[in-house]
Amino acid sequence: MLPNIPELVIFLVLAVIAVAAALGMLASSNAIYSALFLVVNFGVVATFYLLLGAPFIAMAQVTVYAGAIMVLFLFVIMLLGAEKMKQTSHNLLWQKPLSIVLIVLLLSISFYVVLGQGVSVGSDLMQNASGYGSPSAIGTLLFQKYLFPFEATSILLLAAMVGAVVLTGVRRQRRRIRKSRRL
Amino acid sequence: MIPTSYYLALSVILFAIGVAGVLLRRNAIILFMAIELMLNSANLVFVAYSRQFGALDGQILVFFVMTVAAAEVAVGLALIVTIFRSKASIDVDDISMLKG
Repeated sequence: MLPNIPELVIFLVLAVIAVAAALGMLASSNAIYSALFLVVNFGVVATFYLLLGAPFIAMAQVTVYAGAIMVLFLFVIMLLGAEKMKQTSHNLLWQKPLSIVLIVLLLSISFYVVLGQGVSVGSDLMQNASGYGSPSAIGTLLFQKYLFPFEATSILLLAAMVGAVVLTGVRRQRRRIRKSRRL
Repeated sequence: MIPTSYYLALSVILFAIGVAGVLLRRNAIILFMAIELMLNSANLVFVAYSRQFGALDGQILVFFVMTVAAAEVAVGLALIVTIFRSKASIDVDDISMLKG
């Protein structure tokens, strides 16, 4: 079964936007532009999730990735004033051509695998099943089958939060204490 | 419906761009963004296969990947801020000594 034309056109346009935004992120010299290109890319991928019947994941993508994570990135870029870091001296001159060769190799191998798989659409039954990918279906699975990993992520997030606070906060306080002791 | 392999091809391209970002750019923040791009392309594969097999497990995995990515970004950006404080640079070529 081949995809119908309007759907294919929508997919191709979105795919071109996604790849262009990713390339823009890669190529732009200003880190702020890179972050904004990445936001565009995340938005387009969220649209793909909607096309794939995953509305909950699409909304999580917009809020978590395009919202929270990218705001964190932009905040750090502006905090450090690192918008335009010049590419300094390359210690490893052979690294760049080698990496390009490796990327081409990766692309060709992956495409060989993907195209060797053939064009498969998958089961049609999910399209008819109501509530596929809805928040309630996701929540039911999350709190029954995947309850333990879900609880484990809370510990992970707590550890990350404590780690971030310790890494950025404590040193300055120590310096202040030392200074006050000297005084 | 769009075949799953189209999504796989797009995801491969995005992943390769992410790898290129890690290998070619020297700005630590852009390196992190490239890693996010790679995680995102993996998520796209998860959701595409989730549709192909009519099972929601792939979408749950995407949820977990997002959580781990958020934690990773929080710690990673804290590390970058700390390195910037001691080195006044976030060029990964400058970060070549164990002692700060």
